Amino acid sequence: MKVSFKVNGKPVATEVEPRTTLSLCLRDNLRLTGTHVGCEHGVCGACTVIVDGDAVRSCLTLAVQMEGCDVVTVEGLSDEAALSPLQAAFRRHNALQCGFCTPGMLTTAHALLSEEPNASVERIREVLSGNLCRCTGYLPIVEAVLDARAAYGGPAYQPADAGHGASHASAGAAR
Amino acid sequence: MNAPVPDLLPESTPPDGPYVGRSMQRVEDLRLLRGRGTYADDVALPGMLHAAMLRSSVAHARLRSVDATAARAMPGVHAVITATEIAGAPGAKVPTVPLRLQPLACMEPYRQPVIAQDRIRHVGEVLAIVVADSLALAEDALEAIEVDLESLPPVADWRSSAADQTLLFDNTSTNRGVTFTARRGDIDAAFGKATHVQRERFTIQRQAPVTMETRGVVADWDAVNSRIVVYGAAKVPYFNRRTSADMLGMKHSEVDFIEGDTGGSFGARGEFYVEDFLVPFAARHVRRPVKWISDRREDLMTMAQSRECEAEAEMAFAADGTILGVRGTAWCDLGAYPRTNGLIQPRNIAHFLTNAYRIEAVEFASHVQFTNKGPAGTYRAPGRSETTMFCERLIDLGARAIGLDPVEVRRRNLVTADDMPWHFASVTPSEPASTGVTEADSGDYRSTFERCLTEFDWAGKQALQGKRIDGRHHGIGVACFIEGGAAGPRENAKIEMASDGSVTLYVGSTSVGQGLETSLGQIAADALGIPMSALTLLHGSTTYLSEGFGSYHSRSTVMGGSAIIDAAGKFKQAVREAAAVYLECLADQVVLEGTQARSPRGRSISFAELARSEKIIVEGTFANHHHTWAYGAAAAHVAVDARTGHVAIVDYLVVEDVGRAVNPLLLHGQVIGGTVQGLGGAFLEDMIYDAEGQMITGTLADYLLPTATDFPQLRAITLEEYPSPINPIGAKGAGEGGTIVVAAVIANAVANALAEYGVNPTSLPLSPSKLWQMIETARAA
Repeated sequence: MKVSFKVNGKPVATEVEPRTTLSLCLRDNLRLTGTHVGCEHGVCGACTVIVDGDAVRSCLTLAVQMEGCDVVTVEGLSDEAALSPLQAAFRRHNALQCGFCTPGMLTTAHALLSEEPNASVERIREVLSGNLCRCTGYLPIVEAVLDARAAYGGPAYQPADAGHGASHASAGAAR
Repeated sequence: MNAPVPDLLPESTPPDGPYVGRSMQRVEDLRLLRGRGTYADDVALPGMLHAAMLRSSVAHARLRSVDATAARAMPGVHAVITATEIAGAPGAKVPTVPLRLQPLACMEPYRQPVIAQDRIRHVGEVLAIVVADSLALAEDALEAIEVDLESLPPVADWRSSAADQTLLFDNTSTNRGVTFTARRGDIDAAFGKATHVQRERFTIQRQAPVTMETRGVVADWDAVNSRIVVYGAAKVPYFNRRTSADMLGMKHSEVDFIEGDTGGSFGARGEFYVEDFLVPFAARHVRRPVKWISDRREDLMTMAQSRECEAEAEMAFAADGTILGVRGTAWCDLGAYPRTNGLIQPRNIAHFLTNAYRIEAVEFASHVQFTNKGPAGTYRAPGRSETTMFCERLIDLGARAIGLDPVEVRRRNLVTADDMPWHFASVTPSEPASTGVTEADSGDYRSTFERCLTEFDWAGKQALQGKRIDGRHHGIGVACFIEGGAAGPRENAKIEMASDGSVTLYVGSTSVGQGLETSLGQIAADALGIPMSALTLLHGSTTYLSEGFGSYHSRSTVMGGSAIIDAAGKFKQAVREAAAVYLECLADQVVLEGTQARSPRGRSISFAELARSEKIIVEGTFANHHHTWAYGAAAAHVAVDARTGHVAIVDYLVVEDVGRAVNPLLLHGQVIGGTVQGLGGAFLEDMIYDAEGQMITGTLADYLLPTATDFPQLRAITLEEYPSPINPIGAKGAGEGGTIVVAAVIANAVANALAEYGVNPTSLPLSPSKLWQMIETARAA
């Protein structure tokens, strides 16, 4: 079947079987391999992309459902020149290690902050709890998203006092 | 809450002073954040076919035959490969997986066949490989394969394994592969003079490392040169290249393992998995590139599981709280095969019951028991997480029994700087290459303990112990740990000046997501005296060096970094010698300033000019038969809801002395990430098999990992008080410390909170249902 939709602002048309998932279509047909597949049943969130503004699991979405839709993948979050503010915040806070879950974290957080730039730390944690990360323990990811809020029109970032007078100390105290 | 923000510099800005010690942002992030990494499944080759594995659905059976006639006739199917094709000749045996770590001769009969040939020993064992035009067609064909098997009684736990009623391997008389025993001092004398002996039985559940990227292999057969290139290598490409080539009957130089981006390891990628042979074999068989990507269920079944054991342990105390000795026995459920690293957990369990303490007498036996579960291997802090919990629970319980403060008992027994180098118990049998002697390199284990108590405000939180606030029981706990790292024997590096004067550095270390390009780039830039942006660092792939070792045992920064320092010294000397000819002075007189070489008379030549006529290429190596020992302590404040069994972490602090932190930002990430992984094992994660040897927890909805809402309150402090004397960086391997101590400190804190009921957590996980049950049972008693 032929399906036509927009990916990262550009119109695409591709031939898929009815059973082809959006993740497979993006990765194989369109060679957008930034969208990662970690579980194929909607639990890990690595494959999250943004469809018409909503964060969507591309492993649980069929490609043919995308007819006429506007899809944003991790490749569409920034241009050649620079990282997006959200990506730069991830880098500053060491919010990624192996990088496999990162595209899903970025798309999920981008969709959230685009709708809710003032999202509280609790709200951010709740939304990100649908995405698994095995490397970071989540604290730096949550911190990076808090830091990025300002770029979406949300509050300025206030790093809490690292405290403890120690080199390399950091704290995860309640905000 | 914050990540440490001082010193954050883009890698392109040369700092004032050395790169090492700075929180540099990562080089690799620029591609990973844009979705431009190259993980195994991102490799796509022209003409590539797709493989799917037929896996056993039963745990134990005799395999009579695999009939693939119908599957082979299906459209789009290029080949179905079974043990018959792999063995080659009638009666021939398929290759078996060699042990990489602790390669003991007695393991020979227990080695894993690369494909089930006449016996099936676990659910998920490979029976056949289908190669087809697409994955969907390959999976369809799996269903057309006829398997004839005769069920055998499953050996589903270590007890039935130890009974030896059903033997799992031919030519053996027992399912006990080997017993590791640690000995030190006079154990009978120590227990003879004890005023109190604390005796406990511990049970640790089976856990799965769960890398977010599943395993995958893409093999490319090069018909022109009769070579195979394998993508998807991680952690130990050189060992796996040798192993795969030997099994394929090819020269080592005819097989290359290429490392791309790797989506996590946590120890589990350090194996040689059968697919590392099966997929290249299939590619050669069909003379086309073949891709195989594990799905999540396959990954949970076949990637190294770990930790499952039961132990009886005793600790002997003198009246003043001196720990006189420890002894006991552990039974480790290794699942079906030892594979390459399976012996590490049972060996470490024997070794480390003494943890960070000056305990003169030790006798501890750790039995390796094979069962019909998925094969076990190494998982972040193998054996150490387990023994640290045993030791720290015994101290808390023993101290209370003799009426002493557990904190005082720890103070009395912790290894101090005066005790260095502290010798651990010796373990038999030991691998042939090992000297058998293990000693701590440097440190003062009491200083991190004191620092932890102070920063945690232990004294201030004393009043919380057992207190009920808002219906929840509050408790505090503390535990110490040591973290071995930097395993030998060697690591290699090569530095090359290209024809344009640019500097490329190759190292045998591998990246599994820990930011290796950045941390080793910092070390290299300092050693070469050039900006990080002026050098390219390439790692892992077997095309770069004749020999490399990789990343395991928290070794890559120390071993790879030290090899780079050696190579950099040789490189600078080679540049001085080459430049001296042009500068008309002695080599020793040449001064290197960045990428310029200058003579005493002020003449200079750039690397770019020099490279037009000179080829400079040097190799460096770092050999080490001793380990580094980072160490520390952690404290936790928990609140337990006795009505639900839920435990909330109110505060958690870990303090670790790592000798020297190359990149504090990345190290901090390792400690916090490792802590959350440990919390998963303490509270959530449980790889369950039923009595038939069936894996029950086959999805990520069943095997529960921590999420962003679970553990938001964590702190970590890194100290650099005692640099390692055994490497030029002074760093100690430090990727596992966060994980090691978690179960111990949580169990102590939960026991403290529930002291009024006498709840004694000696088994994991402390899931809400299990803890609730323990509370109910204790209340009823």
